[in-house]
Amino acid sequence: MYVHDEFDRAFLADRVADFRDQVARRLSGALTEEEFKPLRLMNGVYLQLHAYMLRICIPYGTLSSDQMRALGHVARRYDRGYGHFTTRQNIQFNWIRLDELPDAMADLAAAGLHGIQTSGNCIRNTTTDQWAGATPEEIEDPRLYAEIIRQWSTLHPEFTFLPRKFKIAITAAKHDRAAIRVHDIGLRLHRRDGETGFEVIVGGGLGRTPFIGKTIRDFLPKADLLSYLEAILRVYNSGGRRDNIYKARIKIQVHEVGTEEFSRRVEAEWAEIRDGALRLDDAAFAAIADRFQTPDFAPLADRPADLTDALADPAFARWHANAVAVHKAPGHAIVTLSLKPVGKPPGDATADQMDAIADLADRFAYGEIRVAHEQNLTFPHVRQKDLPELWRELDALGLATPNVGLISDIIACPGLDYCALANTRSIPLAQRLSERFADPARIADIGRMHINISGCINACGHHHVGHIGILGVEKKDQEFYQITLGGKANHKARLGELLGPAVGEDEVVEVVERIVDTYLALRAGPAESFIAVVQRLGVEPFKERAYAAG
Amino acid sequence: MTSPLQQKLKITGPTAITANRLSDGVVVWLTPSHGWSTDIADAAIATTSDVAMTLLSVANGDEIHAVGAYPARVVVVNGRAAPVNLRERIRVGGPTIAFEARA
Ligand code: SF4
Repeated sequence: MYVHDEFDRAFLADRVADFRDQVARRLSGALTEEEFKPLRLMNGVYLQLHAYMLRICIPYGTLSSDQMRALGHVARRYDRGYGHFTTRQNIQFNWIRLDELPDAMADLAAAGLHGIQTSGNCIRNTTTDQWAGATPEEIEDPRLYAEIIRQWSTLHPEFTFLPRKFKIAITAAKHDRAAIRVHDIGLRLHRRDGETGFEVIVGGGLGRTPFIGKTIRDFLPKADLLSYLEAILRVYNSGGRRDNIYKARIKIQVHEVGTEEFSRRVEAEWAEIRDGALRLDDAAFAAIADRFQTPDFAPLADRPADLTDALADPAFARWHANAVAVHKAPGHAIVTLSLKPVGKPPGDATADQMDAIADLADRFAYGEIRVAHEQNLTFPHVRQKDLPELWRELDALGLATPNVGLISDIIACPGLDYCALANTRSIPLAQRLSERFADPARIADIGRMHINISGCINACGHHHVGHIGILGVEKKDQEFYQITLGGKANHKARLGELLGPAVGEDEVVEVVERIVDTYLALRAGPAESFIAVVQRLGVEPFKERAYAAG
Repeated sequence: MTSPLQQKLKITGPTAITANRLSDGVVVWLTPSHGWSTDIADAAIATTSDVAMTLLSVANGDEIHAVGAYPARVVVVNGRAAPVNLRERIRVGGPTIAFEARA
């Protein structure tokens, strides 16, 4: 965990005091809505269909148990007893009163949490691998660099009013769990000739005009991280389009000027500043690293007797095979807590669950919790001998559905049940799909499958990169859904291909089931995944059968 | 630039003016007496563009009680407004999803 310093704490307290004053002036009429709206947005406060929504930043998806308790407290005291974890590794509360927001923010600030830069045309929360610092796949802990980016980008005076919002993701593992190729900037830590540096990818993104990012530099020495980011942001800030909100993201600029020319501009800007104040030396890295408290992993053996005995229980064995991953420290494991119980809204957790998760993190996981962009939670460090007991506790809380990475582990945006921009609902569709695919044996047989649902073209549910992507469109007051196949967000990211005409709300589940049945009929064997079959055969065979009964 | 208050408003059927309450964001409807009600059945119903425009101007003039006023199509049942499309049905009835923690 990163431990905030005195400066962070004082800054947050000042910010809450400012916001309290702004809210009071708005409620008294001293500020108009036009004056107030940018102020509330700067603090992550949106006005949605039924209420104010507060989005809270969870830097690179890392939470302490105390912070999770603070979230549970806010859910219970100021909201309606639950919160929604997002694809940006943040959390949103849907029902907070404006006149209570300053108190909620003060309570959050006491735990080092806030909503700053979770809205507006600024640099948003840098996301990373939820297994950072735990997986043996990574070459270094990417959170160190995410924290450096956080400090640089927080209230950066030059980049507070960019043409549009700006999102950065970073990974240090071969398998990309942070979707770096669909971000404004994606950073991949790798080694060359014994030195660690970054592959720099720009211009990826989803939304109305999706693009896979382009590599503009194969290897950037880590000392140059901030100066290079600054150069990219400057090129974007001065050349990005401000005349049309739909063309204002960096992906459009990269597309319009071409990757080569964009890269040339960045390199030219960088040449001016690379040896300046932003250069990171060993002391700078050490100062940040010092503030990360890494657990002191006890020397333990893999597969202790408590674990191997428990594996005789089929239910535990199924969960273990699905939700537990290899840890870099012997005798430890990474555990995913599924926030996708059958029939429930994806990514939601109740206040009671948040409190219980915090307690379990203290008992079993060195007090540390991660948020995954798939809208699940992770305990990054668990002793293997504790897995059976942890499973029993999680199961009792409804957090041990063995569906991680499977068809019912659905990403879904809030959609028309909450969101003011939505065309259609997302959550009820996700609920019906998870009910249709509720049988653990069946979904294990179907294998790896990501269904991603967005309630409008803004694509908060990442539908373009779902193995099955579902986008809500409204026609004459009716809900319809477009389906794409073959998208993926990992290191081989690609955008899904449209299956055919949009289908009505009452048909979607059937159509998805026919797609799944087609896959099962066409696969060479259980080892050939859904995505592999789509890549091998294209969408045509799926199209024929998906619409066959329509 | 034309001020929103001077812009034309075309309606295609019965219309009410809706917004969110400033203090808590709750959905509200402009009433015939130019107050706000949380019950759509209390809404003033405009059947001409001129009346809708006048009501919208009244709503936009109230900076203290409501935010983000806009005209919403409604159906009239026994002289009272009711929501016509899914968006307004959800605004009136709340999210369509069951969640045990909801108050
Ligand atoms: S994708 Fe659209 S409907 Fe869904 S949360 Fe984003 S803006 Fe709202």
